[in-house]
Amino acid sequence: MEVSTNQDYGSKTMTKVKQRKDTLLARLKQNKIAYFSLWFLIILHLIVFLGPFFWTINPEELQEVGSLAGWSLQHPFGTDDLSRDVFARMLHGGRVTLLVGLAAMLFALLIGTLVGACAGYFGKFVESVLMRITEAMMAIPNFFFVLVALTVLGTSPVMVVVVIALCGWMEIARVVYGETLKWKEYEFVEAANASGARSIRILTKYIIPQIIPSIIVSGTLTIAAAILTESAISYLGLGIQPPTPTWGNMLQNSQQYIWTAPVLGILPGAAITIVVLAYNFLGDGLRDALDPKYVKK
Amino acid sequence: MNHSQEEISVATKEPLLKIENLKKHFSIKGGGMFNSKRKIVKAVDDVSFHIYKGETLGLVGESGCGKSTLGRNILRLQEPTEGRVFYKDTNILEQNNRELRKLRREIQIIYQDPFGSLNPRFTIGQIIGEMYEIHGIASGPEKEAKVKEMLELVGLDPSRYHSYPHEFSGGQRQRVGIARALALNPEFVVADEPVSALDVSVQSQVINLLMKLKKELGLTMLFIAHGLNVVRHISDRVGVMYLGKLVELSETDNIFDHPAHPYTAALLSTVPEADPKLRKERIVLKGEVPSPANPPSGCRFRTRCPLATELCVQEAPPLKEIRDEHFVACHFPLEKGQSLKEAIELLNKEKIAN
Repeated sequence: MEVSTNQDYGSKTMTKVKQRKDTLLARLKQNKIAYFSLWFLIILHLIVFLGPFFWTINPEELQEVGSLAGWSLQHPFGTDDLSRDVFARMLHGGRVTLLVGLAAMLFALLIGTLVGACAGYFGKFVESVLMRITEAMMAIPNFFFVLVALTVLGTSPVMVVVVIALCGWMEIARVVYGETLKWKEYEFVEAANASGARSIRILTKYIIPQIIPSIIVSGTLTIAAAILTESAISYLGLGIQPPTPTWGNMLQNSQQYIWTAPVLGILPGAAITIVVLAYNFLGDGLRDALDPKYVKK
Repeated sequence: MNHSQEEISVATKEPLLKIENLKKHFSIKGGGMFNSKRKIVKAVDDVSFHIYKGETLGLVGESGCGKSTLGRNILRLQEPTEGRVFYKDTNILEQNNRELRKLRREIQIIYQDPFGSLNPRFTIGQIIGEMYEIHGIASGPEKEAKVKEMLELVGLDPSRYHSYPHEFSGGQRQRVGIARALALNPEFVVADEPVSALDVSVQSQVINLLMKLKKELGLTMLFIAHGLNVVRHISDRVGVMYLGKLVELSETDNIFDHPAHPYTAALLSTVPEADPKLRKERIVLKGEVPSPANPPSGCRFRTRCPLATELCVQEAPPLKEIRDEHFVACHFPLEKGQSLKEAIELLNKEKIAN
């Protein structure tokens, strides 16, 4: 009895999986706002992170033009109450704010993925403990938790990141938990188990890679929330401390001059709002683009 | 081909696997908001049999009769509720995780669904290569060479090492699944309906491949299927399951030529013949398979059995040897050469006489 080779049948069933990666951008394009947000965010990040190499004025240095000066060629956004260059402060403040947002998001993703994946995969006792902790954390008012934690732990940038992450991982954990429950029922996961793979290997090589799209979506939405939280606590004076500029503490600083120099408040305020909005739009757009069943009307 | 195998297995008669009183019960909640009464589904209920070294044991039954559950429980991919499964001399069910992982090199499984059983994000090289990496046997170029060897063995083009599963057809994917299962040269393989998801022309190719590999590699196989034709072609012995119970077990020819259990006889009468002139008397069973959550008392087949009596209601028949190497769980097994139709007529005559 001869065993026929693979020439007998062609690969008729070419579909989805590979193409989905290629068309993700194309699908995102269908959502105009999300696509625009993506490019806006890319450009904004480039400006904020590369800008200070070209705009070399030190944001903490006092300028000769004096305080609350209007716009000029040397200082396009003028100077603030301590006669520091506002444009330089916006760039450097943006760096800190966006970095805190990114770092907090990554940390929250780490915790959320770990908790969600373990709870979903191991089930039973592990699941009850981890998911009850998650639910308990969700029940605590976030902002209150952040304020108390920062008051107790101090306001170094690392602490700010950790505390923001600690109140932002629960949603991610629940998303990952649900997805893990779904994927662990697939036969290829059981096959890995039948091959003798350890749980760690099954989780990291078989289950989590399938969940990455959902994790990315949660991640973008978490960044938006983290930036907002950072700004809010900076505004209350519990965030990263002056003289290091952040958009949040610039906003706080500006309230006294809201009538005399409104640009001091409008700039950081608008920056925060637009970035948070853009991240939210991008997150929504990605969620739709990654959902194979979603068809835009 | 299977006859030469049969001679070997019957001659050696050395059990590789001994399954003793295996039970798998699932507890389910009753429907409705206030009905919290738990029910127990006995998916596999007290099944015992041996699998001899070098044989292919076919396992057939309707969907939901517990045959796949049985296969998974033997490999401990699910935890059985009760029972013992001896592989050589070790009880698989008593091994701890580390010992079990080691044992997995020798006992493998081929899945039914060629779509769901391969990781969509791995290339086939990675899928098969995982076997070597997990057990620390080979990595890097050595692994690649071994994987390509396996691909050739199952009739796939080794140059497709870097292709993803979705680039293959169903039959090709099933070959990947077979290559994965056989990569570590296992002793025992459970083939869980390996061809049910394929169309008929591809089915025969995969079946032939399995038979060839089994011969070349000296495998012992538990072949689970719901098509009797397929099982007849590949098996040395055949077991028939009904509602979680093994009802009949014997050599393939015995089962097909002289079935003793009325259920087997009824099943066989419905197998379509390729020759239209060969007309068979079909026996269509009444009713549906009862719910496994609420099986009938006594013999589980009695609600649909044309030969059932009061005894069948009261007492569940044990699996016992009625003829040489022919095990049946029935109070009134058919005689050798007796057809189910004759048995029914005989019964009716007796009823009239009484």
